[in-house]
Order: sequence, then structure tokens, then C-alpha cells
Amino acid sequence: MAPPSSRRRGYSRKAHYGLFLAYVLAIGGVLFAALMLLLATVSPSAFNGVKGTALDATAPVSAGGRSVVRVFADAGSAIGNYFRAGSQNAGLKRELAAARQDAVKAATLELENKELKRLLNLSQQVSDRVTTARIVGSTFQSSRRLATIWAGSGAGVAVGQPVRSPAGLIGRVLESGHFAARVLLITDGASNVPVRLLRDGTPALATGRGDGTIDIKPQEVGAQRFRRGDLFVTSGTGGIFPPNIPVAVVVVATRDDTIATPLADPAQTQFAIVERMYQPERELSRPEAGPTMP
Amino acid sequence: MSKIAASPTDLRMRALRRQWVPITSTLAASLLSLLPIIMSSPIIPEFSLLVLIAWRLLRPEMWSALMVLPLGLANDLIAGHPIGQSMALWTILFLIYDVMDIRLVWRDYWMDWFVAAISIIFYTYGVWYIGHLMGNTIEFKVMLPQVALSTFCYPLIARLVLALDRWRLAR
Repeated sequence: MAPPSSRRRGYSRKAHYGLFLAYVLAIGGVLFAALMLLLATVSPSAFNGVKGTALDATAPVSAGGRSVVRVFADAGSAIGNYFRAGSQNAGLKRELAAARQDAVKAATLELENKELKRLLNLSQQVSDRVTTARIVGSTFQSSRRLATIWAGSGAGVAVGQPVRSPAGLIGRVLESGHFAARVLLITDGASNVPVRLLRDGTPALATGRGDGTIDIKPQEVGAQRFRRGDLFVTSGTGGIFPPNIPVAVVVVATRDDTIATPLADPAQTQFAIVERMYQPERELSRPEAGPTMP
Repeated sequence: MSKIAASPTDLRMRALRRQWVPITSTLAASLLSLLPIIMSSPIIPEFSLLVLIAWRLLRPEMWSALMVLPLGLANDLIAGHPIGQSMALWTILFLIYDVMDIRLVWRDYWMDWFVAAISIIFYTYGVWYIGHLMGNTIEFKVMLPQVALSTFCYPLIARLVLALDRWRLAR
């Protein structure tokens, strides 16, 4: 099928000028868009107002639909549970017994910890919870890994605040509207979280890989290799993320790189907890030197 | 009973439909990005791009490159892309199509698919590159499943757009 050639405007000079003007304007529009992208690269908060408003306008759609999706997902897993009731029961009983032992152990450790702290006269820093919010959606078409939560500046959410679930760290607030906010997930390529190995405290940096996994890079040259199953928690270095939030577990450990999966899966988490930005006490006087913000 | 001559109201409705169906369908495809799906990697195609390409390849005379700027802005705002991303990439695509239409005498189904595939690769690379400039350190190979899926989705979307076009122009 030959395309209709109505683009050629014949010999009318006016039509030719019109077409030329349209192209000039289109190229001008591209340059303008490129300028806006450049501006957004230089100062990421440049369009927070516009993007926040757009987010407020669109988030209710996701929020409404999310509960429907959840109903179906829950129904699916409920049916599965019914069929696996017997084996699950036995497994859960075993787990419960193990967990009870751990709980007792943890309680005694906590008691000991409290006493030691009292001896050292340390004031325990409580990281305040800003709000609890539903996770209503995420980007699934773009190269960025961003989630939308159903709480914005109206609930006290501000750009930069860490977001976590009971299972672990989810990310940090990137943009905030009045009713909704966008969260940069820890699996995004622009997210850098200072972490430490739970086993012995080796410092490392967790960077997202964009496909749901995290790359762990040791911060010391010649540090020992990580093993499969190693747990990483936030170290609190540089502020922003409070220490000791579980982050990721190593799934692949080779000579060159260590790949981990996050412990908190935003798809499985119904509620996210937004916390205040963490500021280590000895750094309070200094200007904030956090990990790079995209 | 169908009338031979349409009433002025019918004509007005028809004109509205003719003009707005393509725009509305593209915006609706942008709105698909609000689906409450939470995914850990980009696999699902960007439907707004596919619908846009399908309309452009089906009706080259309908939109000028200028028309795509507001559509791109809407897509950026709805999907939460950096503002200007789809604006720039889509308009560049349309300018390239205009050059292509001058060079190419005719296109068939396979040619359209090929053009769409190249456009999808161009757009995805552009998105990845803009993300890269903004500090997103992921590798391009993470995006390859999405490129493949988008390419295979294109014929379906083109069918859908064709059906919409028939309804749009129906008397």
C-alpha cells in the first residue's frame, strides 16, 4: 500500500511556509524538551511541583485498582494454602518452635544490650516514623524502578526520607505530591545504599541493577569475598538511612561481583513505613554529606 | 434505518470522532502505565509508544511532528518519566518518519513492523540513555526483554488501531 502523499502541499507558497514553520516549531520543541531534561539532570528537584501535582492526579487510579489486584492475588494464595494445609501446618510448627527459641534469645540479648547502654550512658536514638502508607503501584514500563505510595506532603512525607517495610528497606522518597509520593526503590540503578555485612560489619555499597536485584560492592580494597546467603543491613553511614534496617540477601557471589535480592518485596508489601531522615549525632554540625541523590 | 443524508449533529459528531479518536486512544494507552502492577524489572511494553507508532504508520498525513509534543508531555506526566523525555524522543521519531516517507515509495505490513521495531529500539535506547545521564547505572541488556516483547506486541496494537480507525471513519 503506497502511503498517501498529502504531505506534499503542491506549489502553494503559503502551504510550504506553513509546513516549514511546523518543522521549525517541532525542532524547537525537541530542543525545549532537551533543555528541560538537562535542567532535571542538573537539579533533580526542578520539576517537583509539576510532577507532584501530576502524581496527585493519577495516583488515585492506581490506588483504587491496587485493592482489586490484591483481592485476586490473595484469593489465589488462599486457594493454594488450602491444598497445602497439611504440609504447611507441619512446617509452620517446626518454624514456630525455632522462632520461639530465637525470640527468647533475642529478648535476653536486648536486656543485656539495654544494660550495657545504660552503663555507657548512651541515649538511644529513636528514628521517628513519619507515616504509614499503602504502596499502590510502580513503574513497569521504564528503565527506572519507582514505586508510588499513597501518602504525600500532606502526611509529612518529604523528599529524601527513607521508606521501609517490616521486612526491610524499600527505598527513599524521590518526589512528593500532596496525597502521593514516588519512591526510588533500592533496585533502581540510581540508588546507592551504604550497607554492612551483618556477620562481621564489613562496609559495602548496595547499588540497584534495574532488574530486581542489587549489586553489592565492598568499600574496602581487598576485603574478603561475600558468600551466598550473607545478609546486609544499612550501616547508617552518611545519614539518611537509619542503621540496622535489613536490606538484601546475597544470591550469587562470584570473584568479580556479588548479586543480592532485596528482603522487602514491594509487590508483597501492603504497607510501607516512611521514616525521618537519619542524622548521625556526630555529623549534625557538619553539612549533610549523604549518598548521591539522582 | 440508515439515512442517506446525515443531520448536522451527526456530521459534527463524526468530525469530533474523526479528530479525537486517535488522540484519546494514545492518551488511554498512556494511562495504562497507572495499572496497579508492581514489577521488579521492565518487561511490559510502553503501550503509548506502540499506539502512537501504529497511528502514524497507518495515517501518515494525520499528525504533524508538532502534534506529538503535547502528547509526549502528557505521557511524561502520567507515567512519571522525566519531563521532556517522550516529548523529545517521540518528536524526533516523527521527524525521522517524515524523512522516511519522502525516501520510501511504499510500505507493506513487514516494512511497517520493521520500522516499528527500529523505533522501539531507538526509543528504549533513548530512555535508557537519559536515565544513564541522570545517574541510573543499569546495563542496557536489562531492557532487552522489553524491546523484544514490544516488537512482538506491535502487530496486535496495529490491529487494534486499524479497528479503531475503521470505526472512526465509519459513516
